[in-house]
Amino acid sequence: MSAPVITDIAQAEQGTSLWRDAWLRLRRNRLAVCGLAILVFFVLVAVLTPWIAPYGYAQQQLAMGATPPSAAHWLGTDIYGRDLLTQIMYGGRVSLAVGFIATAVALLIGVTWGAVAGYAGGKVDAVMMRLVDILYALPFMIFIVLLMVVFGRNMLLLFLAIGAVEWLTMARIMRSQVQSLRQQEFVEAAISLGLSPATIIRRHLIPNALGPIIVYTTLTIPSVMLLEAFLSFLGLGVQPPQTSWGLLISYGAEGMEEYPWLLIFPGLVLTLTLFSLNFLGDGLRDALDVRGAKD
Amino acid sequence: MWRFIGFRVLQSIPVLLVVITVTFFLVRLAPGGPFSSEKAVIPEVKAALEAQYRLNLPMFEQYTAYLGDLAQGDLGPSFKYPGRSVNELIAAGFPVTAELGLYALLVAISIGAIAGVIASLRPNTAQDYIPMSVAMIGICVPSLLMGPILILVFGIYLEWLPVSGWGDMPGDKILPAITLGSTYAAYIARLSRAGMLEVMSQDYIRTARAKGLPEWRVVVGHALRGGMIPVVAFLGPAFAGLLSGSFVVETIFQIPGLGRFYVQAAFNRDYTMILGATVFLATLIVVFNLLSDILAAWMNPRLRSQYGER
Repeated sequence: MSAPVITDIAQAEQGTSLWRDAWLRLRRNRLAVCGLAILVFFVLVAVLTPWIAPYGYAQQQLAMGATPPSAAHWLGTDIYGRDLLTQIMYGGRVSLAVGFIATAVALLIGVTWGAVAGYAGGKVDAVMMRLVDILYALPFMIFIVLLMVVFGRNMLLLFLAIGAVEWLTMARIMRSQVQSLRQQEFVEAAISLGLSPATIIRRHLIPNALGPIIVYTTLTIPSVMLLEAFLSFLGLGVQPPQTSWGLLISYGAEGMEEYPWLLIFPGLVLTLTLFSLNFLGDGLRDALDVRGAKD
Repeated sequence: MWRFIGFRVLQSIPVLLVVITVTFFLVRLAPGGPFSSEKAVIPEVKAALEAQYRLNLPMFEQYTAYLGDLAQGDLGPSFKYPGRSVNELIAAGFPVTAELGLYALLVAISIGAIAGVIASLRPNTAQDYIPMSVAMIGICVPSLLMGPILILVFGIYLEWLPVSGWGDMPGDKILPAITLGSTYAAYIARLSRAGMLEVMSQDYIRTARAKGLPEWRVVVGHALRGGMIPVVAFLGPAFAGLLSGSFVVETIFQIPGLGRFYVQAAFNRDYTMILGATVFLATLIVVFNLLSDILAAWMNPRLRSQYGER
């Protein structure tokens, strides 16, 4: 008689894990799911581009020139007769890579910095966070332009420079998370077991602060991608022969009067990606119940 | 309040020093001297040039000399345009950028705050969703795309407004101001909505309503001041964003402002101009952050009491 009841409880317990709960809540948010689907699609396309691109990246038909969308070239061609869809696909590889890699750099620095400051507390914390305050007040956009000028326009530097800018908020979020977490019993237990601070931070603090980290990461990617587009538009970011969405938009803007599709399609793809990331970020924030992750 | 202001002013000084120092050494570390791209220069001429720009001194002496000049407001001569000082170039470009920034800020605050307040009055209805969806578009369509699209629609297809220039034709300031302001209008709309929602649920609003005040007086007279604090605090960062945003907008609309000079200086490797303009812009941004913090603190009694006036 009592046996089925127990299995019911077991099943119920299985269904209420935090992450599962969050996933269920996220699934109800239609815009967020849409955003996730679009993102997954774009990332897949970007990864598979070398195999599925309709034309070769460097393939051009100078005689054809710029043509509007047609059956042979779904999104038309640019003034060198290059297939725009192919250009956008290859540009997406760069734009998305910048977005993800620079965000990963920011994540790594920010989480480590914030966790150490929050865990150490006292003077170490004061010094570390005062440094963050000072960096916050720096006009970083201008510094990135400066960096790109001084050290030439190379991609690795672009990743590092953007990542170096975006870690500050992450550090603040992480610090406040760690500060509240380290008061809790399970951390005291870990300390009394003799675990090293590094282990405690890695095994106990970071996993418990994962919600805000995920949300803020999702919201950092679009701002990173915007930064890349901004620099590439000015000619200070990605350099030919490589291309990115920002660079394609800047080319498109030059000839938009005669060839509006060269502006519209890259712009559409960039906007759609930014939309998806923002909606997904907002959705995740609600689903994981994170407050004040974006400030 | 004065303690707060004093504290924040003191805090800005190391920031400015860091900016000046980092910029100075970054520019000096740049590969290739300013004259290395020229054809072979006679050694005597090169030495004279280097002496003029103090490049013959040890690095640290160059730095202290630059700091000394800066203290007197002298940003030094331009590498690229001999005979013109960086001060002159900034004086030529900045008024234009300031005007553009001002209009953009006006666009952002008026549209953003109105949309945000309207949305906050009836949360989770169409009156909320429509302005907030438009705001999302504003955030996701970057100015480098917004500018060309506005030009295409209003300049080329409809032929309502000029597509470039600044002060040459009537109405040529409208599109740049909207382009630059739209993103910030969107952020301000979101911030003011959140701020208003937070305030509207507080006790003193209930008191105001209980007194029998009409709803518009509750909103305008009581809620607005508290609800706008996040917006005011955002103005500092927004100003920094507007300045760097002007790089793109001035390039798109061919406006002869500081942003365009800066980008050109970047391409020309006009190091003194880059250095001077960076220091100038950074100082402006730091000052504006300071002002917006002070204003936000002044509007928020709780923050005010945190420093003095206990």
